[in-house]
Amino acid sequence: MRIELERRPKVSALFSILSPFIAFALTIVFGGIMFALLGKNPVAALYSFFVEPLSEVWSLHELAIKAAPLILIGVGLSVCFRSNNWNIGAEGQFIMGAIAGSILPVVFYDWQSPLMLPLMLVLGMIGGALFAAIPAFLKAHMNTNEILTSLMLVYVAQLFLDWLVRGPWRNPEGMNFPETRTFGADAILPEMLASGRTHWGFAFAIIAALAVWFMMRYTLRGFEITVLGQSERAGRFAGFSSRKMIWFSMLFSGALAGLAGISEVSGAIQQLRPVISPGYGFTAIIVAFLGRLNPLGIIAAGLVLALTYLGGEAAQLSIGVSDKVTRVFQGLLLFFVLSCDTLIHYRIRLVRERFAALKTDEAH
Amino acid sequence: MGIVEAILLSVITAATPLVLAAAGELVAERSGVLNLGVEGMMIMGAVCAFAATQLSGSPYIGVLAGIAAGALFSLLFGFLTLTLVANQVATGLALTLLGLGVSGMLGESFLGMQGIKLQPIAIPLLSQVPFVGPLLFRQDAIFYLSIAIVAGIHWFLFRTRSGLKLRAVGDSHGSAHALGVDVIRTRYLAVLFGGACAGLAGAQLSLVYTPQWVENMSAGRGWIALALVVFASWRPWRVVAGGYLFGAVSISQLHAQAFGIGIPSQFLSSLPYVATIVVLILISHNRRMTLINTPASLGKPFVPDR
Repeated sequence: MRIELERRPKVSALFSILSPFIAFALTIVFGGIMFALLGKNPVAALYSFFVEPLSEVWSLHELAIKAAPLILIGVGLSVCFRSNNWNIGAEGQFIMGAIAGSILPVVFYDWQSPLMLPLMLVLGMIGGALFAAIPAFLKAHMNTNEILTSLMLVYVAQLFLDWLVRGPWRNPEGMNFPETRTFGADAILPEMLASGRTHWGFAFAIIAALAVWFMMRYTLRGFEITVLGQSERAGRFAGFSSRKMIWFSMLFSGALAGLAGISEVSGAIQQLRPVISPGYGFTAIIVAFLGRLNPLGIIAAGLVLALTYLGGEAAQLSIGVSDKVTRVFQGLLLFFVLSCDTLIHYRIRLVRERFAALKTDEAH
Repeated sequence: MGIVEAILLSVITAATPLVLAAAGELVAERSGVLNLGVEGMMIMGAVCAFAATQLSGSPYIGVLAGIAAGALFSLLFGFLTLTLVANQVATGLALTLLGLGVSGMLGESFLGMQGIKLQPIAIPLLSQVPFVGPLLFRQDAIFYLSIAIVAGIHWFLFRTRSGLKLRAVGDSHGSAHALGVDVIRTRYLAVLFGGACAGLAGAQLSLVYTPQWVENMSAGRGWIALALVVFASWRPWRVVAGGYLFGAVSISQLHAQAFGIGIPSQFLSSLPYVATIVVLILISHNRRMTLINTPASLGKPFVPDR
């Protein structure tokens, strides 16, 4: 038995839509097998992982809180990935955005003004964009691989945050805990709905997704992104500059990651700590692919991946499996998404060796 | 043992996993496959090596388990990118994310356990040579293997027919296919070898470098190994030079912390990552040189037409 691929004459519209669903279904099946191997009842485990978190109002709010950064970052990354720029350092840009946005409430903590929050958000975006500017500059002008540089900078950002909250920004009245002052009332991103904790970060995420959807579909910039991503040469003939595209896509995704960072800190945590993200920047890569790099798909994918975070916590409490299961589910999901995407461009055939040999004989 | 010897010894221990992982990745990249999952394969190697050592009591079983884990994990990457022609960059990332997740889960019951260290083997006579002896000839098996593997790769790539074919596949898969070389098979084997090396590198981390299991203990070494391949411009012996350079950087950082000079520890800890970026800039800013050295089919999918 051998697997053979046959290129479809035309991209399959059916599988373009179906593939994320097949991937999700396969992940569930494999997840069930994994739970069974761990000696848990798979049905009960999957129920507490994927359904329980959706059954109460407060947990739906938690879902939105976790989905907000995933969607914001994922939408930015989709622009990068579509234009063939592999920014995988969104985690670092998220952290630097959070730090830049926190300058006002931490350093100028006794300043009170309604301008505080908008300025924080802008600073957050600038911080993320500037941090993404490093790999952008290195790729555009020094010909340096952006995958490696952007990833290395994640470690740098994490260590920088660690230094800040243990050193110069540590709360002087905080009993030596490694955390900053809690933000003042002016510096807190308000809740969106009366029923729970969901803050405006979720609205930012939806707005960003819709804006990028519009840009990709109706503007020249969107067309430029697609063309340069599919064929740099074709793009050059059309007069598009791939160098400018590197700058645009990296700064754009960096700014969104930075916005996600400051929204998370100001809306959900309300101070800086040594660790402010459970890997949102990396999970957002999965979100971008599960959403098939389409902003509307990314909204749905962001909610699904947010569910895996909640599911991990729920499963730990109710059936006693480790919350590490979350990371496994996320990794599996990306694997299945990537394999199912093959179905969009190819027909997959299982060929028996003897038959294959006959066929090549005929060809001669 | 003098202070210089002690420092050099720690440099060698820090460099070995980098050299191993980079050497394996070099072979995969020479065949035209960019496997960004080195970090994932390495951490799988580390956790499996540690677990097997604890369960069997022998670190040598652990080494074998590490190699097997890395190789098996790389097959997953091979299946997706070679059989299903999935995007290599995305699949490599998936491998790393999955590896970090699975290793965290597998290793949970081994957290905080006292590890069993792979003991050094003294080579008769040579280990008696002053200075050089204790440094190079009183080492653990993984160190000897790392040097043998690099020498083997050099010999294989540039002195054998199969090595020539592998390089041909990496430089122009279309031509190699036309000449009757089985492109997919060659690439599978290269990826598998890369995985085995990364697994061995992981085993070194949990059996020699710090004999215990800590979550995410590879700490970006897989990514540094990827940068090393670029730094070495895809030549095996330069991987050794680069690996030792990076080993020295990460060790100097530890010694600087120990001496307590006035720089915050976080800045010193970020040194290896910053150094990686600086080295990448120096190596790749000359676009033409990079083009000459890079395997021409690197990262490009291949579907044989039938």
